[in-house]
Amino acid sequence: MSGRIAHWLEASRGSGVILIVALLGLWQFSALYVLDTPTWPPVTRILQAWYENIVDGTLIRHLLATLWRQMLGYWLAVALGIGLGLAMGYYRLIYNLLEPLIEVFRPIPGPAYLPVLVLFVGIGHEMKVVLIMVASLFPILLNTYGGVRSIDPVQFDTARTLGLTTPQTLREVVLPAASPQILTGMRISLAISLILAILSEMIVSNDGLGYFTLLAERTFKVPDMYAGIFTLAMFGYALNRLFLVAEARLIRWHQESSGRR
Amino acid sequence: MADYLAIERLSKQFNAHGHAACRDVSFTVGEREFVALIGPSGCGKSTLLHIVAGLSAPTSGKVQLRGEAVNAPRPDMMFVFQQYNKSIFPWKTVLDNVCLGIKYRSAAPRREIEERGRAQLKLVGLGRYVDYYPYQLSGGMQQRVAIARALARRPEILLMDEPFSALDALMRVELQDLLMWLWQEVGLTILFVTHDLDEALYVAQRIVVLSASPGSVAEIVQVPLPYPRNQVETRRDPLYLKLREHLYNLMVAQVVAGRAEAS
Repeated sequence: MSGRIAHWLEASRGSGVILIVALLGLWQFSALYVLDTPTWPPVTRILQAWYENIVDGTLIRHLLATLWRQMLGYWLAVALGIGLGLAMGYYRLIYNLLEPLIEVFRPIPGPAYLPVLVLFVGIGHEMKVVLIMVASLFPILLNTYGGVRSIDPVQFDTARTLGLTTPQTLREVVLPAASPQILTGMRISLAISLILAILSEMIVSNDGLGYFTLLAERTFKVPDMYAGIFTLAMFGYALNRLFLVAEARLIRWHQESSGRR
Repeated sequence: MADYLAIERLSKQFNAHGHAACRDVSFTVGEREFVALIGPSGCGKSTLLHIVAGLSAPTSGKVQLRGEAVNAPRPDMMFVFQQYNKSIFPWKTVLDNVCLGIKYRSAAPRREIEERGRAQLKLVGLGRYVDYYPYQLSGGMQQRVAIARALARRPEILLMDEPFSALDALMRVELQDLLMWLWQEVGLTILFVTHDLDEALYVAQRIVVLSASPGSVAEIVQVPLPYPRNQVETRRDPLYLKLREHLYNLMVAQVVAGRAEAS
């Protein structure tokens, strides 16, 4: 009997799910019987607020606002990062020209661009998109040129003996060879883009999940605030899962040949 | 008449003061000839082959094919790399790998290109594996894919850089026989780099022996053993054994001379 339990603990993540449920139970119990304060509402009260905000469309509207600006900034960063990264990885001259500049800008934390962008782009939608793009750019850029530069010379020689032109080599060899690293950068940036979207919404905005959550706290709608955070948790989780599924399909060859499944 | 493939006084020095990979190497390869290039490790034989292919530039000297200088890779001369696991692109299926060298060179419809690819794969015994990915194949099969990909471009010459040295003994033997068969069947000229003198002796008509670093031609050995050769019969032929002894002594002498020069 204990053998079967031990096996289950090892073979599945069911115990992790049980832990989450148990913690929610503890929260519920403590909110009802121990900490009687408005800052710590019972889980049932939060779920109720969550449900109400979904049904009346409020959360959906804010979620879509966040998703739209995040995706816009993120995909701009993907396009720019891969484009520049390929050029830097492939052409030594471009690498030498841009790499020092990138090393100077890279250590600046994303949020630090915000005041500058407010001065130049204002406090509207464009500012947030640009902020998300700038902060998401570096992981993709660095991983792309790192990936290209670590391609084995044999693969470039093979492309040459097969008579491939530069655009053909980029498409058939360089991009796929670097894709595992590019996707690593894209996954890091996906998380960063969500952080920057929420942050910019908390500072200046009139929609988005960051705005909704902070506004709920400031107007003492504490269950709404937790509902906003719950939504963010679900949203972030879903994005990451989606990314992993897409990644597994795109670079199946890599995961299979390196024994990672 | 000019020689078919002529390597003339090739030298390669990696930097101004650094050591030379090879020095003053000259030899020729006749049309449809099978020539092996052997030498102790580090003698620059692989560097030499890269220069012949036009993948790398010599410090001095030249390579000529039918009297025409070779400065860049060309479709009638295909290179087969030692590292098949890198050279065969893991993100492409076997068929896509084979078609990569021909699909941009002809206006033929995709179906026709794929048909040509399939035919090449059948020729190397991989007709059933067109839709496989390289990671699903053994090393020997991956190197067969590389050979099929080279042959798909209908080259006259195959330049092979220790193509079988990463394979286990049984696969190596199988591929040696396959290569000799293809050489006669397709009518190829082959320049084959190896460090294994048994392999050189078994497959080639002529063996160019390089001295230790920096490599230069120590001797050219004729191998008048008849084809088709057989792994058992040929290897116990008295002529084979005599040539083997000669080559062995030659190689040992090169290694000893190389050590003496280094110290």
